[in-house]
Amino acid sequence: MTRAPAGLDVLRSQKVAGALVERIRALVDRPVSLMEVCGTHTVAISRWGLRSLMPQELRLLSGPGCPVCVTPVSGIDRAIAAARLPGVAVVTFGDMMRVPGSSSSLESERAGGADVRIVYSPLEALAAARAEPGREVVLVGVGFETTSPAIAATVVRAEREGVRNLSVLPLFKLVPPALEVLARVPGRPLDGFLCPGHVSVIIGARAYEPVAERFGIPCVVAGFEPVDILAGVAMLLAQAQRARDDSGKAEVETQYRRAVTPEGNPAALRLLDEVFEVCDAEWRGIGAIPRSGYAFRERFRAFDAVARLGLPETRVPDESGCVCGEIMLGLRQPPDCPLFGTRCAPRTPVGPCMVSSEGACAAFHRYEMSGGADGR
Amino acid sequence: MAGDRIRLAHGSGGAAMHDLVARVIVPRFGGETLERLEDAAELPDIAGRRLDQGRLAFTTDSYVVQPLFFPGGDIGKLAVAGTVNDLAVKGAEPACLTLALVIEEGFAVADLERALDSAAATARGAGVAVVAGDTKVVERGAVGGLIVNTAGIGVIPDGVSLGADRVREGDAVVVSGTVGDHETAIVIARGELRVAETIESDCAAVHGVARAALAACPDARVMRDPTRGGLATTLNEIAGAAGVGITLDERAVPVRPCVRAVCDILGFDPLYMACEGRVVAIVPEDAAEAVVAAMRAHPLGREAAVIGRVGGRRGVYVRTAVGGVRPLVMLEGAQLPRIC
Repeated sequence: MTRAPAGLDVLRSQKVAGALVERIRALVDRPVSLMEVCGTHTVAISRWGLRSLMPQELRLLSGPGCPVCVTPVSGIDRAIAAARLPGVAVVTFGDMMRVPGSSSSLESERAGGADVRIVYSPLEALAAARAEPGREVVLVGVGFETTSPAIAATVVRAEREGVRNLSVLPLFKLVPPALEVLARVPGRPLDGFLCPGHVSVIIGARAYEPVAERFGIPCVVAGFEPVDILAGVAMLLAQAQRARDDSGKAEVETQYRRAVTPEGNPAALRLLDEVFEVCDAEWRGIGAIPRSGYAFRERFRAFDAVARLGLPETRVPDESGCVCGEIMLGLRQPPDCPLFGTRCAPRTPVGPCMVSSEGACAAFHRYEMSGGADGR
Repeated sequence: MAGDRIRLAHGSGGAAMHDLVARVIVPRFGGETLERLEDAAELPDIAGRRLDQGRLAFTTDSYVVQPLFFPGGDIGKLAVAGTVNDLAVKGAEPACLTLALVIEEGFAVADLERALDSAAATARGAGVAVVAGDTKVVERGAVGGLIVNTAGIGVIPDGVSLGADRVREGDAVVVSGTVGDHETAIVIARGELRVAETIESDCAAVHGVARAALAACPDARVMRDPTRGGLATTLNEIAGAAGVGITLDERAVPVRPCVRAVCDILGFDPLYMACEGRVVAIVPEDAAEAVVAAMRAHPLGREAAVIGRVGGRRGVYVRTAVGGVRPLVMLEGAQLPRIC
């Protein structure tokens, strides 16, 4: 009755996890810093209490792995501007609801009467547009390479069906360009990237080879169950040790072999290339990263909500006082921020890492501290 | 209050709702009984008059579930069972209910009858009479078909005294069955997920389970029904009121595979998913096995289990399936499905 399916039994097994923890302890003989760059990893590490199992000298840093968190304030403001237009329904994934823009959030707009709907799949936005031809349906297009193919597919389908009242606010982000920025951050040694599993299903493990080769940082693509993550950490540590002992080269390895191939998903990649072109993008807390976002290609520009609805560009200074940028770059940990747990909490998020449940600060707040700011 | 409008989060059972209740509602009325914020008020006397035996318990709740009919229950059953449960977990024998309806213009009478039949059957099963009621009709689109409010009175027998202040270090935490069934059933029934599997809500009147637990352990410390916010929120309320720490053993918490699967997909935690037919009891450690056995002897308590202990650092923690430890904090609002 309470037993999980057979595969999960192993992937959540205390015995297997315990053996991996032993292995990790044996591999850590000096301070080591690893970074995960996927919000699902961030949450899983916290949710399974993995930090409490790690040796003291091993630091697990949380990079900018949450697409909601790195969405710039100006993007949220545009979604809100769309929601305030008459006849517009804004359709979004749930975790965008509470993210504060410069003066409001989609949740507050909905409370004030705006038509804001939560969906689980972008196809629901298409269904809404079909069902209500008199309404302009705007899908908030937030996500990494995991989410963007589904939105691209939705757009292609809408075009084919001749649906004219659907548009997308493009706020997509690409992971590999961010890794290159992270690899170059001075003042913080980094011994390995735990690369995202879902993103890699799409883009393939090979996408990280430039990072491993150019910057000499070991990369391991890992799954999301606790045993996956512990195995990925052990692989990173072993690779780092090999590199030190035999001056071996950093490389890309895949722990998450049940889902990830070197090439990724060619159909999804073709779809992305058909609908989008790569553009520079603004990452909240980090700043502009060249060639790290998606814009609509000419043929699909009619689906761009910004042009279609004339959504204004707001220029908002980034939050003052919070150190989210430094946290996402791995220079600091959430409890190091003076606002953490006091002025900045899940109810009153100030910085990007607190706004979504998958942000580093929110995960820390929810899973790794309680009863005051005594997080480890 | 932060923001000047009510958001859905204010009704989620989490920190936002607690804040609204504590800062906006309770101070306007005050009073020791209200300020305890328990599932049901315990009234030693009314205007100075006492019962010959026992004390009165009194509670009210409004029911706003969508869809109105879902696998394992409907708004009628929920409205009766929910109020019976609030009385039962105070140790009270439920006696009578009021039932008030807010019906939307255009609502099918057949559906109303169906919900009322279900409410009546649940009341009969729980041995409570519906003794007063009210009916209002509002404009189309105002209330999603039907809202039901019930209020209930019960009698707490002499010798029974449940309260978070009685919780002690070393006590055991017991749950009467699987957690998260109701909220998962609702999520699936809303059809937004297109999950092929269905799961029945645990929606039920649990006075029998509560009674069995109390019979096995008259010295039980406190009982609750983990509705909105689930087990984690309920235990936070208890730990906060009692000023103690509680640590759960994740592997001991009964969760149906389907609930776990849906939660995994959406990024939800079953420990925060609402139940509508479960009892959480904190009991002296040496009585824990007897309470579990008594619950399991009842049809609604077949999967009862000891799931944790009182003690250690203040707050609520869980030892995860792989042996790590993390806190279980009270969430701000409802869990929101994640992007990827």
